Amino acid sequence: MSEPASVAVLTSRLRVDDKRILEALERRSVAVAHVDTRTAWWPLDGGAPEWRLVLNREIGQIRAGYAARALERLGVIGVNSASAIETCADKWHTSIALRAAGLPTPRTALAATPEAALSALAAIGYPAVVKPLVGSWGRLVTTVPDPDLARTVLEYVAALPGPQAHIVYVQEYVRKPDRDIRVVVVGGEVLGAVYRYSADWRTNVARGARTERCALTDRIVELATTAAAAVGADLAGVDLVEDETGRLYVLEVNSGVEFAGFEQAYDGAVDVAGRIVDHLLARLA
Amino acid sequence: MVGADPAPTKERKPPVTVQEQTIAPCPECAADVTFAQPPRLSELVECGECQVELEVVTVQPVTLAPAPEVEEDWGE
Repeated sequence: MSEPASVAVLTSRLRVDDKRILEALERRSVAVAHVDTRTAWWPLDGGAPEWRLVLNREIGQIRAGYAARALERLGVIGVNSASAIETCADKWHTSIALRAAGLPTPRTALAATPEAALSALAAIGYPAVVKPLVGSWGRLVTTVPDPDLARTVLEYVAALPGPQAHIVYVQEYVRKPDRDIRVVVVGGEVLGAVYRYSADWRTNVARGARTERCALTDRIVELATTAAAAVGADLAGVDLVEDETGRLYVLEVNSGVEFAGFEQAYDGAVDVAGRIVDHLLARLA
Repeated sequence: MVGADPAPTKERKPPVTVQEQTIAPCPECAADVTFAQPPRLSELVECGECQVELEVVTVQPVTLAPAPEVEEDWGE
């Protein structure tokens, strides 16, 4: 009879990073359950699972948040926590948390309708960036150089289904080099940072950005650890951007951090999956 | 190539294991998809022939199905 699992990994798509985490858990002889979110359900009361901790790697951010809430209700330790997942899943909630922690972020506004967004953009100034509240990998993030294009983009936004899509997040466009900085934080500790280069102004690795090791500075470490703490994330991919003067801003925090590009840049020198497992075991102790 | 290609043959072949490699047929084009290590449930793989993203839906035997489409809230 096999040992009851103490840790569960929650996914609906097993990405390469998730596989590495499972392998790292197995190398450490941790009894682990791989739970497919698509077939999972939880009662409101009782019926706690055998595992005490869940590593929530669910790719759907709404599903991840609800699963985390359900499991925390049953007494399971969530990594990340439901609160962290929900904060990171919503760009406006993230912005509030970052500013509350005193972190530098680009000038940002929230418009309650696409029509109101035109006024918000005029106040922010052009060029500016229009982002959906929910989503990742740079999807539907649009740079608007002038009011004419903004008007057109906002007409498309107005045509999107769902009331949340009509809440518009607008942000100052930071004139950055063709790169941003991804910092990986585990358990409050910075594992390293990479530059993400792209010809596309969105420098997401999911969009084919190239990664290169970025030397850590005290400022990068301070911003990244403060940002991760601000959203309450044990595991975080913190995105920073430099302006033309080299000043750093925090753009966002990703609670379901992907790290294949990061590890590639470090050429195996940083074992992110192993460090995540170390942290999980520390949380269980 | 678009539009006019004939529909691919979807003949089901059983998965085979050859020298530690697992090979399973692509459900879209029937080409062999090779795994260097035993695949895990829900693992994603791209068919080298038709480039469709596939998901491992069973491991004993290994069977593949087209991976779900990206949803609006997917991400990091």
